[in-house]
Amino acid sequence: MDYLLLFISTVLVNNIVLVKFLGLCPLMGVSNNLSAAFGMGLATTFVLTLSALASWIIEHLLLVPLNIEFLRILSFILIIAAVVQFTEAVVRKTSPLLHKNLGVFLPLITTNCAVLGVALLNVREEYSLVQSLVFGMGSALGFSIVMVIFAGLRERIALANVPETFAGTPVSLITAGLLSLVFMGFSGMI
Amino acid sequence: MFVATLVLTALGLLLGWLLGLAAKVFAVEENPIVNEVEALLPGSQCGQCGFPGCSAAAEAMVEGTAAVNCCPPGGRALTETLAELLNVDLNSLGDAPVPQLATIDDTLCTGCTKCYKACPTDAIVGATRQIHAVISKACTGCSKCKDVCPEDCISLNPEPVTLNNWHWTKPEAA
Repeated sequence: MDYLLLFISTVLVNNIVLVKFLGLCPLMGVSNNLSAAFGMGLATTFVLTLSALASWIIEHLLLVPLNIEFLRILSFILIIAAVVQFTEAVVRKTSPLLHKNLGVFLPLITTNCAVLGVALLNVREEYSLVQSLVFGMGSALGFSIVMVIFAGLRERIALANVPETFAGTPVSLITAGLLSLVFMGFSGMI
Repeated sequence: MFVATLVLTALGLLLGWLLGLAAKVFAVEENPIVNEVEALLPGSQCGQCGFPGCSAAAEAMVEGTAAVNCCPPGGRALTETLAELLNVDLNSLGDAPVPQLATIDDTLCTGCTKCYKACPTDAIVGATRQIHAVISKACTGCSKCKDVCPEDCISLNPEPVTLNNWHWTKPEAA
């Protein structure tokens, strides 16, 4: 029950993108196209879950016993970069089309602050292994949901008659703000 | 300090080794020369070479199952570039297919606009219920317009001889 509550609260109430404002770069960058956004969500889900798991293992089996917690950020970045490289190899093998669509944004998952953010939040909140896995998966699912919703909205905005002053990025940012407002409405649910 | 250095080094080595392993397992076989040949081809996916598209033709050319002069829209210039790239003797090739040009019979054209929507190189100009015309410089002779024309008024012919493209005929083979 605790895990379910943690999961729902991570997906909706404390959504990583719209409430914690992490990972805004892919939200703006890859949300032009619904299928690309979905693919990006899947790739990030994979990376986030795997890196949350790997960083917990490194933190508790390596950094804490050897008393070298000051290397936390450095080693987490190392792990995330490796997981991203691995994901890129897998995506290139399994879906060349998705690889082409995602382009530069796939390696840029390395610098997605949501990924490092989740790994560091896991340490701060002192989560157990299962808890950090649930937290990682929840954040990833929340990220994917927001990506898909936002890409759908932007596909509609692309066809709408937007005043010239707001056309392009400004109206996207306003939409993101409104969407964030919607997700803020979930607070107090749990 | 030594512990920190050692741990990071070991971590880096381990991850690097794992990535190397993953790169081998998930290796994608890509022939760089296929991409190079594909970039040289016109890219209008016309299918006159007998392959479904330019990338399939490029693969066949690199494998050697298609002649380098099988692309009519590319013409002689493309054949020469490809022969140099793929190290093929130009003299060993037979006659290249002659480039074709589409012409619209203006007595039959109803201005239905179907052909210029089908044209991959935007070589057909016209508007609804206006007679269409072909810009011969842009036409690659892919015959896509011929297939969609409901009036059957498009024909494909070799380029008419003018002062600009006339040349001596080749000597006949013995």
